[in-house]
Amino acid sequence: MAETAISHDHDASHGAHSSTGLSNNKLGMWMFLGSECLLFGGLISTYMLYKGRVNSGPQPNKIFDIPFTSVSSFVLLMSSLTMVLAVSAAQRKDERNMNLWLIITALLGATFVGGQVYEFTSFYREGLGFTTSLFGSSFYTLTGFHGVHVSVGIIMLMALVGMNRNNRIPGDRAEVVELIGLYWHFVDIVWIVIFTLVYLIPS
Amino acid sequence: MTIIERPTTEVAVAGGAPSGVKPSEALGVFKRPAASTSWRDWIVTVDHKKLGIMYGVSAFFFFLIGGVEALLIRLQLIAPNGKVLNADQYNQMFTMHATTMVFLFVMPMAAAFANYFVPLQIGARDVAFPRINAFGFWCFLFGGLFLNSSWFLGGGADGGWFMYAPNSSTLFSPSHGIDFWTVGLQITGIASLTGAINLIVTILNMRTKGMKMMRMPIFTWMVLVTQFLLLFAIPVITVALFLLTFQRSFGATFFDVASGADPLLWQHLFWIFGHPEVYIMILPSFGIVSEVIPVFSKKPLFGYPIVAMSGAAIGFVGWGVWAHHMFASGLGPVSVAVFSMSTMAIAVPTGVKIVNWVMTMWGGKLTFTIPMMFAIALIVQFTIGGLSGVTHAVAPADTQQTDTYYIVAHFHYVLFGGAVFGLFSGFYYWWPKMFRRQLNNAIGKWNFWLMVIGMNLTFGPMHILGLQGQPRRMQVWTEARAGEGFFNLGFWNRIASIGSFTLGTGVLLFLVNVVYTHKSKKVAIAPLDPWDARSLEWMTQSPPQEHNFDVLPTVSHLDEFFHRKYETDSSTHGVTQVRSAEEVMAELNAHPDEHIHMPSRSYWPILLASSLPVIGYGVIYNRTLMAVGAGLILLTMFGWAMEPSTSPDDDFDPPAPGEGGGHTKELSPLG
Repeated sequence: MAETAISHDHDASHGAHSSTGLSNNKLGMWMFLGSECLLFGGLISTYMLYKGRVNSGPQPNKIFDIPFTSVSSFVLLMSSLTMVLAVSAAQRKDERNMNLWLIITALLGATFVGGQVYEFTSFYREGLGFTTSLFGSSFYTLTGFHGVHVSVGIIMLMALVGMNRNNRIPGDRAEVVELIGLYWHFVDIVWIVIFTLVYLIPS
Repeated sequence: MTIIERPTTEVAVAGGAPSGVKPSEALGVFKRPAASTSWRDWIVTVDHKKLGIMYGVSAFFFFLIGGVEALLIRLQLIAPNGKVLNADQYNQMFTMHATTMVFLFVMPMAAAFANYFVPLQIGARDVAFPRINAFGFWCFLFGGLFLNSSWFLGGGADGGWFMYAPNSSTLFSPSHGIDFWTVGLQITGIASLTGAINLIVTILNMRTKGMKMMRMPIFTWMVLVTQFLLLFAIPVITVALFLLTFQRSFGATFFDVASGADPLLWQHLFWIFGHPEVYIMILPSFGIVSEVIPVFSKKPLFGYPIVAMSGAAIGFVGWGVWAHHMFASGLGPVSVAVFSMSTMAIAVPTGVKIVNWVMTMWGGKLTFTIPMMFAIALIVQFTIGGLSGVTHAVAPADTQQTDTYYIVAHFHYVLFGGAVFGLFSGFYYWWPKMFRRQLNNAIGKWNFWLMVIGMNLTFGPMHILGLQGQPRRMQVWTEARAGEGFFNLGFWNRIASIGSFTLGTGVLLFLVNVVYTHKSKKVAIAPLDPWDARSLEWMTQSPPQEHNFDVLPTVSHLDEFFHRKYETDSSTHGVTQVRSAEEVMAELNAHPDEHIHMPSRSYWPILLASSLPVIGYGVIYNRTLMAVGAGLILLTMFGWAMEPSTSPDDDFDPPAPGEGGGHTKELSPLG
């Protein structure tokens, strides 16, 4: 929850006189993302340790549907592109396009999360529950944490659109959009790592 | 700084609400809290100094709880076949003692000093994220209370503070204690993480003009290193705690050997957090004594850049030594050799610091005030603890010492003799800054000597006990197996228990001192600069007004305040005082800044933080409650986001010429 708190805390400065030249909010977001690296580092390590440990239930290669996940990964990566377009529109003060691209980004993110929900349900039907095996526990924990991060990102995007409509974004709007963009790209990059390690490299 | 220089209209316009109605009112939830002097102001404050005091008071409260737990442990061990606690209670007692001292006393007490003094030391008017700062405090407090509420709900955690798997599974610990522990630490972890981001950004970004990194006081440097350690260590324990919660509450098997799990995973995750944690606890105290020793030696800190950089070096190497906690777990010769070497290596920057403090005192005009005495005690006691620490780095010796009282002796010498003495040095040193009164010297001496003697009596004998093989976490010892002569375990256990009560008395005397200082009519108001100090926090009134400095100073030296008071005589190389502290301040404040704009009070930090324990109780008792907690969090976050952090119309302005009076005008009530 720290992430939304930070990104919405536009109080202090807008980089006018900061010692580093970065605004407080942006520096804070970078620090938070640095911390998040270690969070996913711990989760990914756990998964890598346990991915081959299947005492019962299906093996990873039996249930992964690589084409499906590739498509949803592609959707998520495209959302980074639309996020960039939103930031660029915000910097041009082109409010209409900014809103449009933010909504499209959120929709693409929601598509990804929807795909994950579908994937989880079908895995569950094929016999991989959260407690079935160590592989199951660590798989759902890792991808679940990522899914929660994407969902928080979607909430942030929608909140941004809503707040912008009511003209409630304090301070530098372009920077606020950029900050949420930083978070969004980070979550995408983490997914590239997860997709490679979990789905593409055979166990 | 920019907090105050931003045009006030910006927020008002961004609010978009009809004029005269604050956005938070337009949202229809709360009126923005106004300034007041009642207890309510402490609930809604975002002032880093008030939050610092709140951190301090709460942490001291937990210190007393942890102390009582320690005394119960020593009471149990004072005689053979102790009957004070049964085995189960004993397990809870040592687990909660360590957890309380580490997470609810040393860390937040360091946060108290950091919160209060870092903005003052770098010449800032507040921290970077004032509301997040308040949120962090409330998370710590509610997390700590949540953790301790387990005492009334079936007993505390009982797996040792490092909660090794598989001992932490529901099979071996069926009570809810460990669930409270995991969730409670998760909540205090949020406090540490938000605090770390806040302080790092504050230090990097909000230094006053001319305050280069290499002009920052060492305390600020050490806080910076500590916060970076927290920033990267907290997420690792977060993962470990989540895995354990999922195992205990949701049926996952992350640490269950029968399902093919590897319990060493917990040890690695825990100690990758846990070893940086050791430096998280000690570095702020190193910072405090690096402030205290130069002041009372009347000399600049010897090798300032070396002290700063050795702190940073400890911060880096601290990430590469965690497995020395696991030498006895069968890591294999290569890992053991590597971690053994890195552990010896980390002794070097630590030793460098000790040399620098000693060299600072060398040839100085020493005055043995209470803060100085605690600082010197830190050097001595920490060195003893550091030396026994080096013996742990030798893996064969460590295998012998693992899980004996020798380890207990070691870490109490570094944590009590190091971290806690540093904090007490800070109490005595900065008390006149925070409260305008100096703590009593005579009571202070009793406080100091009882603590020093008490701690050596308590933890000194544990070296002997440990090398003789008395294991940790045993709830009884028997006369029959106690040994003879010098190595009689019974004798040393008794000494240790007597020592612990001496120590406890010493700590109580600190409370007596505080009460005496603030209740007695005889205690005079402390002078502005009672110690002839060197750094910026003394260049404003005591206690500092809400906006810290009427004029933000421009810094041109390390030890800026000292250089404004003293000038070097180029012929004799001596220094002579040219201005008093009052004159320095009068000069600085000749033309006070106008339109100082401070962040406004808010209800949202405490509301958001109070939703977290709701989720916690939900995880343990009732899944619906979890959903309620999550809903509360969303709502409060939304409220937070909708409230601009600074309301438009509270300004500090200097009094008009001829108006006279104090430096500050009270905040005018809003709405």
